[in-house]
Amino acid sequence: MSEIVIASPDAPRGTLLRTALRSPSFVIGALITLLFIAMALLSFVWTPYPFAAQDIPHKLRGLSAEHWFGTDQYGRDVFSQILVGARTSISVALIAVGLGIGVGVPLGLWAAARRGSLLDEIIMRLNDLVFAFPALLIAILITSVFGPSATNAIIAIGIFNIPVFARLTRAAALSLWTRDFILAARVAGKGAVRISLEHILPNILNTLVVQITIQFSLGILAEAALAYVGLGAQPPTPSWGKMLADAQTLISLAPHLALIPGLCIVFTVLGLNLVGDGLRDIFDPRLQRSRR
Amino acid sequence: MSSYLLGRLASLILSLIVASIVIFLVLEVVPGDPAQFMLGLNASPDTLAALREQLGLNAPAWTRYITWVLGMLHGDLGISYTYRTPVSELVLQRLGVSLPLALLSLFLTMLIAFPAGILAAARRNSKTDLVVTGITQLGVAVPNFWFAMLLVLVFSVSLRWFTAGGFPGWDQGFWLGLRALTLPAIALALPQASILARVMRSSLLDTLEEDYIRTARAHGLSRSATLWRHAVRNALIPVLTIIGLQFAFLLAGGIIIENVFFLPGLGRLIFQGITQRDLIVVKSVVMLLVFAVILVNFLVDLSYILVDPRLRRR
Repeated sequence: MSEIVIASPDAPRGTLLRTALRSPSFVIGALITLLFIAMALLSFVWTPYPFAAQDIPHKLRGLSAEHWFGTDQYGRDVFSQILVGARTSISVALIAVGLGIGVGVPLGLWAAARRGSLLDEIIMRLNDLVFAFPALLIAILITSVFGPSATNAIIAIGIFNIPVFARLTRAAALSLWTRDFILAARVAGKGAVRISLEHILPNILNTLVVQITIQFSLGILAEAALAYVGLGAQPPTPSWGKMLADAQTLISLAPHLALIPGLCIVFTVLGLNLVGDGLRDIFDPRLQRSRR
Repeated sequence: MSSYLLGRLASLILSLIVASIVIFLVLEVVPGDPAQFMLGLNASPDTLAALREQLGLNAPAWTRYITWVLGMLHGDLGISYTYRTPVSELVLQRLGVSLPLALLSLFLTMLIAFPAGILAAARRNSKTDLVVTGITQLGVAVPNFWFAMLLVLVFSVSLRWFTAGGFPGWDQGFWLGLRALTLPAIALALPQASILARVMRSSLLDTLEEDYIRTARAHGLSRSATLWRHAVRNALIPVLTIIGLQFAFLLAGGIIIENVFFLPGLGRLIFQGITQRDLIVVKSVVMLLVFAVILVNFLVDLSYILVDPRLRRR
């Protein structure tokens, strides 16, 4: 979990895709992830039915040719809702991770550039502090204080991504700062900012990409949990977590309403995790040899 | 060792102070007047003013902060606006559900994760390893509240082995209480066990590659003796960290599971406090949980000293 993979700066880049395609977990994970992204994109242009259209006479139907995933208690088409729900899930998680990267990575780079200084100490202590808060609890607190909405869910999830990226970036950057090529850059007269951006950042990208997939999957789980307790995207916007909450009381009557959105969450998260695992092996062949 | 302890203690106290300020500030900006909430929309301005005075809402923020912190140090968590009882009583009551639930699920987590993780690492690349890795990969991806729903569907609705929710209270008998907590504990434990098993496995794999393991084997120590006496013990450090975090998570993170099963625990207390604008309950209980998390992490740090004798000599 806290494993830190340091990429060697001179890893061959051209063969990366070919190596990637030989990793089964990466390929399977990438296919699943692409499928869900495609579903989210598809929902912008097409859904079998308008996702909010009610059709009470046909409520709680099972899977059929007309309604692939059946209908819910208002006769709404579940497949259409799943498609739009994928959009909600992915966008909330994506922006939350973006927030974590946008704030966390610069902080980590900054702390590493000034390692040992008061600033470094303050940044790292603040990180520890955020880690000390029970994440879900605070997310619930934030969304309930500022009102339940997708935006506040993004902020609540994003805040906890900041220290993850700050810590990872700092740790990975620190070990690079001791390397000869950084020393060379310093001798050449480059300042800390330029070194961080031109030499450190490109060399820790591998590590960051692996973490991004992990945080992305955690973001999807968190969004589902918040939506489940009614603190995520608000109706009529469908969300997988919200669909599960609605399905709970109907579970014995129409189990498919609980099974389908749940399976969607599981597969999306599984896909992202597999991509992360695959990438980790690809970026660090040494690890691959010892692990497999 | 004592400087290590002092350093950890100082950072513990600092974290608590900053945490209390953050929690206080977040709840300062909450829209909605607790007095208005308690009295309803038809309350006369006079009554509202009187109640605000009585609740101490008119004092400046920093006075209220100091009063709150000093009160907590004396074990006084304030008085709930909605229940009209001391928050400390509510907390003790609810802890009777949340603590056993957290402990039970942590126990299940370790019961599953240790054998699975150790077995997978000891027989790397075997079928067992593949099965464990596969199942844990899946387990990490399952949202615990959804798993809880499936458990209810199978064990409560179909098989009728357990109740679908609610808590009878410990005074109704130990076994009834335990029965009510079993499904929630399993639901909480599965994803946690998957995480822990993965950490156990990868930590043990790292340890097994150390030179001292080869040395032990070269000295003629059997494979299993090396594994148990040297490898597992050394692999425990990252595992302990995760267990600490997980216990803290289980204590606070039961909030969603408590909602699925309608359990009267701390999580539900906070949740109700939020919806009813019972801010003193939210403030104090969140602070308590943060305190628990920070304390658990502190204890985990201390336990390193037990596991790793090198730290003792410092």
